[in-house]
Amino acid sequence: MAKVTIDGIEIEVPDGTTILNAARQIGGKIVPPAMCYYTSLKDTGGKCRVCLVKVSQGSAKDPRPMPKLVASCRTPVADGMVVQNITSPDVLEARKGVVEFLLLNHPIDCPICDQAGECDLQDLTYEHGTEVTRTEFERRTFDKIDIGDKIKLHMTRCIMCYRCVYVADQLTPERVHGVLNRGDHSEISTYIEKAVDNDFSGNMIDVCPVGALTDRTFRFKSRVWFTKPMDAHRNCSKCCGKVVLWMKGDDILRVTGRKDHYGEVREFICNECRFEHKNTADWVIGGPRHINRHSVISQNHYEKVDLQKLRKEIDRQIVFQKGKQLPETSTSHS
Amino acid sequence: MLTSRAKVVVKKEMNFWERIYLPAILGGTIITIKHLFKRKTTIKYPEVKREISAVYRGQHVLKRDENGAERCTACGLCAVACPAEAITMTASERKKGEEHLYREEKYAAVYEINMLRCIFCGLCEEACPKEAIFLTDRVESSDYSRKAFIFGKDKLVEPVDQRIDVTKRQLPVVLEFKQKKSLSHNR
Repeated sequence: MAKVTIDGIEIEVPDGTTILNAARQIGGKIVPPAMCYYTSLKDTGGKCRVCLVKVSQGSAKDPRPMPKLVASCRTPVADGMVVQNITSPDVLEARKGVVEFLLLNHPIDCPICDQAGECDLQDLTYEHGTEVTRTEFERRTFDKIDIGDKIKLHMTRCIMCYRCVYVADQLTPERVHGVLNRGDHSEISTYIEKAVDNDFSGNMIDVCPVGALTDRTFRFKSRVWFTKPMDAHRNCSKCCGKVVLWMKGDDILRVTGRKDHYGEVREFICNECRFEHKNTADWVIGGPRHINRHSVISQNHYEKVDLQKLRKEIDRQIVFQKGKQLPETSTSHS
Repeated sequence: MLTSRAKVVVKKEMNFWERIYLPAILGGTIITIKHLFKRKTTIKYPEVKREISAVYRGQHVLKRDENGAERCTACGLCAVACPAEAITMTASERKKGEEHLYREEKYAAVYEINMLRCIFCGLCEEACPKEAIFLTDRVESSDYSRKAFIFGKDKLVEPVDQRIDVTKRQLPVVLEFKQKKSLSHNR
């Protein structure tokens, strides 16, 4: 076990845990954002650099600070480590720069993009980005590619997080999806435009943090904030069958996996569940999906509050707050 | 008592002059005759029209760009901003060869504003990222049926040969803001 302090909050985690996961165990505002790290995919992380944090004390044995900001999703904790995230102006400044770089070639066509409203890059830019861009160069453009008849690839929107590549690597037996070229010219591509016909290939839509990979069956059907997310399940021989239905009236417009608090799918679903069953009779509907009230999707979305769960969360927060020195900024707010 | 403004009503016995009502009637008639010679506060509407502000919020228009292509891309921001929930739309994908009709890859195949629900607050105009929807100084027409007040694209999109001028609505600040090169992705 290792004891780490993140933004003044102490927590004990098993050895080998990354700083990002330690911060996630604390929860709240001190969790660094992550665009490429994905818990349920092995070896992801270290690509997007938005989770950079400052390590002001390496460990109890060697208290020297780390010379540069480190990617928290790839750096394991050490006993006595002191990490600064939102309390360090360096980190916030660096994150601002990273966001500017991510948006360098992004078309910012949110009014057209199907991902708008549930896009990680939108949230990230809103929180950490600047209002204007300083680049005056032409943005790189690519033609749209159909990956099979169900998935659309907008390479212009891609931020090179490699999540979809890991999905193709780890969930499908033969690899037909990867990255070509280098640096500014790199692009996600299928092996000589070969269609990805695999039972789990649709999950690359869910893992994509931007609108680069989108569902063709949902293409331009509706904005996500006009649809109602409902938890549902069915008996599926290939996957767990636990999904979210995005409904408009009685119509199922889209089926996705269940994303957790950090936008990550834990249990991947098969293509049959995702694309073939757009009929309400095929599903057992559990109830409205929990949507963060700060999300645009939460407009006109009503759900029952689970008081037991709420109480548990409050109790957990109280334990963390007890006897702990809060950072300056948050004390002035409360 | 909820307030201190309540008054006790006193029913006083009327005297002779008050009882015959004639002075009161005469007084009323004099007031009526006086008003006949005063300036009227009303106007005869369809023939005479009042002067309205340049930024008056009347019937909406969906603008076309300088090449005549529709600017609206059915992003749904006007509908989500609308406090009266008067706007509905259905998006569609632009096909090859329709580039002169629609500016972006996605366009509104159906765009409807329920003019009976609309409160003319102008939030749709403010929310629009594509400068597509504007409120104008036109007053919406009257009709006998409720159905006729659901305005579709036929009534909202400006005709190519009769453009509707909205330049007065755009403040100098807005026009200067649009000149910024760093926002060029949204032209």
